[in-house]
Amino acid sequence: MTSMPISLKAPSKLQVRDVNFYYGEYHALKNISLDIATNMVTAFIGPSGCGKSTLLRTFNRMYELYPGQRASGEIVFDGKNILSPRADLFRLRAHIGMVFQKPTPFPMSIYENIAFGVRLYEKLSRSSMDDRVEWALQQAALWGEVKDKLHQSGMSLSGGQQQRLCIARAIAVKPEVVLLDEPASALDPISTLKIEELIYELKKNYTLVIVTHNMQQAARVSDYTAFMYLGNMVEFGDTNSIFTNPSNKQTEDYITGRYG
Amino acid sequence: MALNPKPAGIDWRYLRRRTVNIINLTASVLGTLFGLFWLLWILWTTASNGLSAISWQLFVQATPSPGNTGGLANAIVGSLIMVGLATAIGTPIGILAGTYLAEFGRKKLMADVIRFINDILLSAPSIIVGLFVYELIVVRLGRFSALAGACALALIMLPVVIRTTEEMLRLVPHTLREAALALGAPRWKVITGVAYRAALNGILTGILLAVARIAGETAPLLFTALNNQFWSVDLTQPMANLPVVIFQFAMSPYKEWHALAWAGSLLITLSVLALSIFARTLLRKTRMEQS
Ligand SMILES: Nc1ncnc2c1ncn2[C@@H]1O[C@H](COP(=O)(O)OP(=O)(O)OP(=O)(O)O)[C@@H](O)[C@H]1O
Ligand SMILES: [Mg+2]
Repeated sequence: MTSMPISLKAPSKLQVRDVNFYYGEYHALKNISLDIATNMVTAFIGPSGCGKSTLLRTFNRMYELYPGQRASGEIVFDGKNILSPRADLFRLRAHIGMVFQKPTPFPMSIYENIAFGVRLYEKLSRSSMDDRVEWALQQAALWGEVKDKLHQSGMSLSGGQQQRLCIARAIAVKPEVVLLDEPASALDPISTLKIEELIYELKKNYTLVIVTHNMQQAARVSDYTAFMYLGNMVEFGDTNSIFTNPSNKQTEDYITGRYG
Repeated sequence: MALNPKPAGIDWRYLRRRTVNIINLTASVLGTLFGLFWLLWILWTTASNGLSAISWQLFVQATPSPGNTGGLANAIVGSLIMVGLATAIGTPIGILAGTYLAEFGRKKLMADVIRFINDILLSAPSIIVGLFVYELIVVRLGRFSALAGACALALIMLPVVIRTTEEMLRLVPHTLREAALALGAPRWKVITGVAYRAALNGILTGILLAVARIAGETAPLLFTALNNQFWSVDLTQPMANLPVVIFQFAMSPYKEWHALAWAGSLLITLSVLALSIFARTLLRKTRMEQS
């Protein structure tokens, strides 16, 4: 059932090889292999509970926090296996950022929200920090809306603005990869559109991996799409062919069954 | 889907529901009024007796010997010192322990044991804490002391702070911690930089309520700090404090002492009231920020 790694139009940033994941006894990911193309958007789609978030969370070892959750296999990033116990988690997370489904602004000012991550890695002077904050907010297309209230609480923003703040926060530490787990599912259509435009902009400089339930969104923003089902990677290929000409019956059913 | 046609005539089920509703509402309002009645009576008695005894002398003169006039200054200062010291001891330990329980000990046997013991401590009668500190410090030092009093108060405060710190940290959404970890923040930074901030008002509220609780404790001080008729800020000596002064003066046959006891009661009531109101506004602010 596992599809062979296909050839990408770009060098791969992450090489996922035979990854298995377990929640205690429960086998949530089964022999997943795929490549994530550099400076492209890869979308994970599939029915609820198929393991999209689980796969995404292996890329930055988010599962580490919970005893009983473990992964096997290899995910190679910069020539090193992320899943190896010797991998440096802090370095890894500096390079691979994450944005969650629900916006998660920290209970501090907009400015501090962004400076928090930067301070973990760099000692910047006041003015370079100001520059960095502005740069990150600009990247996240939020600067114009918040430049006059940088010292207000990040929680005072609207849901869509909060989510862009979280994207800015992830970008501020200058990662190479940004993981987005249903970043727009809690937002209204206009905010969703903004996030999608943003994703389109961001892929010039970053490698993006996005989980989404919205077929049209996947079709619109992604270059590659992986369809997952019950912990298996059913089909992986460039977005166009997955949506217009899926080679697998299950993929076709999923794509057409809901939105056809 | 076809709906049943509405039955004609009186809808008995609706009527019944409404009646039950009215009965319940009346009963709970009456219950509230009953409770409030006693509370207000107590407040009224305290206020009317206490107000007449309040004067500037209260705050500058020490407690008098029988038949003389005086104030409560030494007791007020003593209470402030001991409550302050108890807070200084109890708060950091309580916050650290609460942090351990919430952040590190979610599924550990050790944490369950601590939590269980803490619950017992939380409901332990304060007189037992007093006796414990009496045995531990007073007997060994050979005398009553303010230090022993502060320790006893700290012990009463500790479980409250532990409990609220743990609960408030647990209320911090897990996604917030994950978001900080995903940036590469180490565990301690996530706790001090993000979780504490999110829980700050809640933890402060817990501390304030704990302070309010120990402000009026009498039993543990009777066994530890006892009382002192004179000015003293020596921590190794017995120290005057409002609750014990109230206790002794109220039991005495002297009219002047009775008046001072009422004044002291009013002072404690007012400060506890102020602390509670402050704590509530803090909590309300947090709720508003979270929603
Ligand atoms: N903490 C957990 N403990 C045990 N099982 C879990 C846990 N989290 C997820 N699972 C299980 O692992 C499987 C994959 O979950 P995952 O969250 O990755 O699905 P998903 O594809 O992201 O779904 P959704 O689209 O609903 O977010 C599901 O069957 C789920 O029940
Ligand atoms: Mg998910």
